[in-house]
Amino acid sequence: MPGLEIDGLCISIGDHDVVHAVDLQVKPGTCVGLVGASGSGKSLTALASLGLLPRAARVTAGRILLGGDETVTPGRDRTAAVRGSGIAMIFQSPRAALNPVLRVGHQVARVLRRKGQHDDLKQRCIELLGAVGLLEPDKVARLYPHELSGGMCQRIMIAMGIAVEPQILIADEPTTALDVTVQADILDLLEDLRSRTGMGMLLISHDMSVVAERCESISVMWQGAIVEVGTSATVINSPRHPFTAELVRDLAHLPETGGLPAQSSSTRPADDPAREAGG
Amino acid sequence: MRPLIEVRGLRKDYRRGGDVLHAVDGIDLALMPGESVGIIGESGAGKSTLARCITRLERPTNGSVFFQGTDVTGLSDRALRRFRREVQPVFQDPLAALNPRWTVRRLITEPLKIHGERGAERRVDEVLRDVGLAEELMARRPRDLSGGQRQRVAIARAIVLRPSVLVLDEPTASVDMSARRALLTLLKRLRSAHGLTYLYISHDIRTIEETCSRTIVMYRGRLAEEGPTTEVLDSPGHVYTQILMSSIPRIDNATARQGRLRARPASGQQLPDTGCLFAHRCPRALPECAADPPVVQVTPGHRAACVLAERTSGPQ
Repeated sequence: MPGLEIDGLCISIGDHDVVHAVDLQVKPGTCVGLVGASGSGKSLTALASLGLLPRAARVTAGRILLGGDETVTPGRDRTAAVRGSGIAMIFQSPRAALNPVLRVGHQVARVLRRKGQHDDLKQRCIELLGAVGLLEPDKVARLYPHELSGGMCQRIMIAMGIAVEPQILIADEPTTALDVTVQADILDLLEDLRSRTGMGMLLISHDMSVVAERCESISVMWQGAIVEVGTSATVINSPRHPFTAELVRDLAHLPETGGLPAQSSSTRPADDPAREAGG
Repeated sequence: MRPLIEVRGLRKDYRRGGDVLHAVDGIDLALMPGESVGIIGESGAGKSTLARCITRLERPTNGSVFFQGTDVTGLSDRALRRFRREVQPVFQDPLAALNPRWTVRRLITEPLKIHGERGAERRVDEVLRDVGLAEELMARRPRDLSGGQRQRVAIARAIVLRPSVLVLDEPTASVDMSARRALLTLLKRLRSAHGLTYLYISHDIRTIEETCSRTIVMYRGRLAEEGPTTEVLDSPGHVYTQILMSSIPRIDNATARQGRLRARPASGQQLPDTGCLFAHRCPRALPECAADPPVVQVTPGHRAACVLAERTSGPQ
């Protein structure tokens, strides 16, 4: 299967099993949501897919495949070859993930150079910064991270993530640190990139509303295991696990102004004319 | 009824190189006893600066803050002691706000010591129970607590002197969904149990909706809109508030999403500082937005500083 396939993944830190038998598939062009509380193992699962697990953690069972090729098995890690080009990741604190003493254009160029691209680096950087919706990308390229807003830093991270056109982009809480308007812009941008490039996306969040809004299917993680999987509509409308139910209860607090009532989820046809009247 | 806290014409400027940044640019507000008022707005809107001026952690450049009718703006640190007992801040990041080398017990006892309270021991036990912290956490240090527990310690510190006002600056921003829910429940319970008044700052509109009866929307240091929470959020007058509302994730599909109101991206470094400050990002800006916007009375108690307020606030 093309895309990302995680198959019975187990991760331990010392004697503690922190991720148990996680199965997860992200097909090209789709967006899969991974929800869970902090400490539930979401980020470790993601980091394992890129071979970026912290030193103390190790994969004890299962395997990860990218585009049908085995990249991670216990004791073996072949992610170095695919990191960046096959699979890339963006993080929650973009400012912390960027190098504070390098101009952002330089940092984007580094990603390209690392993957063997050496021609027209400057031009390519500016194109990428423009593609993630930064105005005046030539000026932005010359700035340092501290001169940018959080939303701009996240756009730079995304530009670096998509620089070598990965099949899969993992977005780990990409908008948690951002304002709601900026969050909407960033999520719009990711959706747009996904539909244009056909990359698959794993969207990790503790916020069910973000995932419910953007993903076709949702996996819910609880204490290191996946406890519920389904299409967004199924998971939202009839959650089975108590933890999922709790997350969905929080969704009930969604304001219903200017948009749709929460219960009219994706089960209704998209072009329902009644919706036009509401907006 | 007299407001507990009243803010008049508050301004706070910061110098950045040769530039002056108007972090808070002429804010008036009143906090009635027992009320819970929310402040929303994007980062950089001046919410936290306003909170820091109200708690007198910063001296305003201009304007005044009154507590029970007394101007506290110019008070000396000594004269501020009573005020500080009554108006307590809770910050976003408890790990930064709590001394990392102190135990929970010492952290919660400190305010009592500073104010020379007797019977500290008993009061600390009482407060611990009040915020739902187990006795056995007393000897721990902040880094050995979960995010939710840390914020409970910060809240315990804030209420241990029985203040009348809590100024809460993004108190749930550093924890995950379930811990957030628990903290919100705690804050609600504390408010009704002790008759507290809250000024609640958040960029999370859903939290504000749940916690506050009145909401203030700030944009670049100024008031964009103010009114009863349900009115401001359900029929926003200011285009900026409308955009905020349409940015909240909700369960719908891409087609519906395309029709949503979005701000235009801000271009260049030179931001306009006259007229409506939001106009350059406003998708509905009109030529008249170059002048200072009128404050439109949408309904009694609900006002919006937007030319379009009247026209857009009618029934949908």
